[in-house]
This record gives sequence, C-alpha cells and structure tokens, in this order.
Amino acid sequence: MKNPIDNLNKVFDSRIRLGVMSVLLVNEEINFNDLKDLLQLTDGNLASHLSHLEENGFIKVRKGFIGRKTNTTYSITKAGEKAFKDHLAGLENMIKSIK
Amino acid sequence: MRSKEESLDALQDIRKMMERSSRFISLSGWSGISAGICALLGAWFGYGVLARTGGESVSASSRTSQVGLSSMGEIQQLLLIGRLTFAAAAVSAFIFTYIRSKKNAIPMWGLTAKRLLINTMVPMIVGGLVILRMMQTGYYDLVGSCSLVFYGLALVNASKYTLNEIRYLGYAELALGLIDLWQRGYGLLFWALGFGVLHIIYGTMMWWKYERVQSK
Repeated sequence: MKNPIDNLNKVFDSRIRLGVMSVLLVNEEINFNDLKDLLQLTDGNLASHLSHLEENGFIKVRKGFIGRKTNTTYSITKAGEKAFKDHLAGLENMIKSIK
Repeated sequence: MRSKEESLDALQDIRKMMERSSRFISLSGWSGISAGICALLGAWFGYGVLARTGGESVSASSRTSQVGLSSMGEIQQLLLIGRLTFAAAAVSAFIFTYIRSKKNAIPMWGLTAKRLLINTMVPMIVGGLVILRMMQTGYYDLVGSCSLVFYGLALVNASKYTLNEIRYLGYAELALGLIDLWQRGYGLLFWALGFGVLHIIYGTMMWWKYERVQSK
C-alpha cells in the first residue's frame, strides 16, 4: 500500500508557510505588509519563510515602489499551486486512511 | 509523524487563512441592526416634517412638482434628516464592526477592508451623483427608489468581499427599489422598509448565525 505521507510536502510542514500559500491561492497578489498583518508575524520571521518558499520556486517576488517606499508583492507560481494542491490531497488521504 | 488531528488542524488553518485574506469577515450583525434603527428614526422624523407641512401622503414626491418656497424648506429639512441619518448609521455600524474585529483579533483596516470599501463605494458614489443630479433637475419622485436601487447594487457587489449573505440583503433592496419606482406617494414607507426594517432583519440573522455562540 502506498504510504499516504508520500504526498505531504516537507516545505509545508510549517504552519506559517502553509498560511502564506493559502493566502496566495485566493489572492492574485499580496504585499509584504498585508501578509504580515494577516499572519500576525514579525518582519524577520515572515521574510525567512518567504525566502524559503521562493527558493523552492513556489512563489514569485516582485519588487516595486509606491512613491519612494519599496513595495514587495508576492504571488503563487504554477509549481507552487500544484505542490500546494498535492499537499492538500495528501492531508485528505491522511485523514481518510486513519478512520 | 503526522496524526489525523494535525492534518485536520492544517486543513482548518488553510481554510481560515483563505477566508481571512479574501473576505472582510468582521462585519457585525449589530452594525446592521443599529443602521436600521437609525433609518427608522430618520424616517419617523421625516414623516414628522411631512405631516407638519400639511402633506396628506407619506411622500415628498407628490407635492414637490410645484416647487414653492414652503416645499423648498421642506426638502431642505428632509435632506438634513437624510444626511444626519446616514452619518449616524455609518458611525454606529462602524463602531460595532470595530468592536467585533477587536474581539476576533483581526486588524480592521487591512487588505480586505480596503477591497470591500472600494467595491462598495463605486456604485454608491455613482448613485449619489445620479441622485444629486435628479434633485438639481427636480425629479424628487425618484430619489427614494434610486437610493434603494443603487444601495442594492452596492451590496450585491460587496458580497464578494465580505459575508456572502449580504447579497440577499442587496437583492431585497433592489426589489423594493424597483417596486417603488412604479409607485407614487409611498416613498418614505419604502425607504423605511429598505433602510430600516431590512437592515434590522439582516443584522439579526447575521448576529444569530455568526456571533451568538461567541457572545454567550
């Protein structure tokens, strides 16, 4: 029998990274501060999780400016969407397998 | 090793984050109730003005075609009441929603609030300008029904960005507004039903559905 845990992605073990992906799946684009408010995190904490996701190719980063302030926005990549959906399916299987 | 509980927790987290980030969910039922009460009070004062100035019907419409000095005064008074009612309703609605967002520990002024506000304000401002022009050109008959119609459209539009149920309030406002378009002399009654009674019903239902459990 296939091990249900195979489908679970290690990257999404962190609740914060899971949260980021959930937000990005329903929002085309979101900037750093809004994301920080939603997840109620500190700058440094969020930044490290975001760079982890970026390294895995799950999110795209776009740096822009509003006036003279930097405005960094994030969006989900195709690969990220697939990985996240697979992870969801994995969670579902996990729950089904332990009845 | 992951357990079933952990997986369920994760799924719930995902759902919560999706909802929090896409919809403004702090909108309190009390906001609807308080706005409705303000509207009913406003309608009552408005009725008082109309009764005092000797109108036999419950509407500003039937007599304003003959714009005399006395009816201009009447319209000024009604407009003042309208503005005060709107301000009181907005302030009270804001307060209850603010309290709820504090309770839920969700920042009130965030991404979702901005989105909700923009998408509500577009039909409202356009409607406001149309109504302003109507008053300038003397079509007072249509002011009440058009405010219901534009408000209904704003709510239907807003429903994508907040509690989905507000869509049905929007439909109800639209229906009332459209019926009112073909009625004469019941403007204030429709206004009180749409902005007063419907808000109170909606607010009560939303409170019952979302806040009752937490508030016990």
